[in-house]
Amino acid sequence: MSEPEPPRNLLRFENVTVRFGELTALNDVSFEVKAGETRIILGAAGSGKTVLLKTAMGLNPVSGGKVFLFDEDATGKPEKDLFAVRRRIGMLFQESALFDSMTIAQNVAYPLLNQPGTRASRQDMEKAVRDSLRFVELEQTLSRYPSELSGGMRRRAAIARAVVTKPPLLLYDSPTAGLDPITAHTIMALIIKERDVDNTTALVVTHRYQDGNLVANFRYNPDSGRLDPAAADSETGGMAKDTVFMVLREGRLVFEGKQRELEASSDSYIRKFVKRPEKDAA
Amino acid sequence: MLASVRSSDPSTGAVLDILKGPILAIQDFYQLTGRALRNLTRKPHHLDDVKLQMDALGFGAIPIVVLTGAFSGAVMALQMGRALQQYGQTGRTGTVVSIILVRELGPVLTSLMVAGRNASGIASELGSMKVTEQIDAMRALGTDPTQKLVTPRMIAMAIMLPCLTVIDDFVGMAGGWVIGKLIYDLDFLQYWSQTWRALVWSDVVQGLLKPFIFSFVISLIGCFYGLRASGGTQGVGRATTQAMVAASVAVLVLDLFLGLIFVPYASY
Repeated sequence: MSEPEPPRNLLRFENVTVRFGELTALNDVSFEVKAGETRIILGAAGSGKTVLLKTAMGLNPVSGGKVFLFDEDATGKPEKDLFAVRRRIGMLFQESALFDSMTIAQNVAYPLLNQPGTRASRQDMEKAVRDSLRFVELEQTLSRYPSELSGGMRRRAAIARAVVTKPPLLLYDSPTAGLDPITAHTIMALIIKERDVDNTTALVVTHRYQDGNLVANFRYNPDSGRLDPAAADSETGGMAKDTVFMVLREGRLVFEGKQRELEASSDSYIRKFVKRPEKDAA
Repeated sequence: MLASVRSSDPSTGAVLDILKGPILAIQDFYQLTGRALRNLTRKPHHLDDVKLQMDALGFGAIPIVVLTGAFSGAVMALQMGRALQQYGQTGRTGTVVSIILVRELGPVLTSLMVAGRNASGIASELGSMKVTEQIDAMRALGTDPTQKLVTPRMIAMAIMLPCLTVIDDFVGMAGGWVIGKLIYDLDFLQYWSQTWRALVWSDVVQGLLKPFIFSFVISLIGCFYGLRASGGTQGVGRATTQAMVAASVAVLVLDLFLGLIFVPYASY
């Protein structure tokens, strides 16, 4: 018996519109995410970035259009049917969203205990939790509560929870928001490490261009444990051909393309998100 | 249909717009109630959470229930004893205290105290989880928040509120006896035999059925306002206040309707 064919698109939006009462949060948005891609989603506050991620996860009802997850139509599916699909998606929430009343170990073990089809033995679960926390260099925080950790540590613990079931698709909502530059760099390094170690597909929502720049141009070096510049790709201008940039404005997708195209854009809104030191200086 | 009414008559449209919010809220509340009840027969059953909530909502409320019971019973004995003294019936104080406590004051006062303590507590806890995206995280991680958060609280409250009412009734009678002894020099055996003989089964049934029904209202209203919270800490504060007020009013209104059902069938 042959293996089932892997899905071509992990996520596809077809003319998706999301409304909350009178407010249109997403307006006719279409794009598709291929396996292995990393999409950097830029946009001002209130432009619909978080709504886009939550809609992809099935947490927001769609007012129009269709959302396909792993080549399956997820639009309007009842919540209990979505649980099986969500098992294959990991999500980092903007404020980490760790459960206050649980220890870090219990937080990271939560998907293993609760997601349908992920039941594991106690030993396997403990190993998975330790491995996941070791991945984010927080193995020493197993029995601590989220309130005892710093903002950066909480964000790392939330990444550990998102990746503990090894999902093929990861959604990161503003992973560096509110963090100092050093901690922000550590978080982005973890995202790149996860991408390169487990070959995951990811959507990274951010308002910092340097986050996208880092993802597009650096690779994780497993030997040194550091980030190294990736080999240049003549086709994209940027280094990584699997990194795609998207820009949202007032719920509309106003740009989708590679780093070179983004940097070449003359649109005043898009230019606000792109750091071009030589032009800025001029 | 709503749109056609609004276009033909602007004033009717405006009224409909005003009514839309409360009607939608009532619809959401009934949907939440339906889901919470349906989860009673659905797996997984979060029994650990039920035990945890029985401890937090039930055992945690014992001090406040004991205090309320003791003082309400004492005050009732003080006032009733004086009234009965005019007819030379001070010895019947135990009867009056017992009937009023078991039928009415015990269930209502306990439920009001628990509504103040627990409906607001539930609303603030769930509200905080909502505004910090923990509810969304729960859904994203494969758990139905109604099943994990609402149903265990509903079950825990349904078990614990009748128990708390029994404690309140007993402590109230004891408080009545202390006042009866100190002020009216009532005999211990006379007082307690009066309180015991005054009660019939229908009193006990309504005295336990009322808090059982109130428990659903209190827990579900707390969960409903908590899960609707939005707008950061201010929204959580608003949800907490609304939950407490709505639960308390609901207890009082329901008490009247339950009284209208019970009183005609009560045997005296």
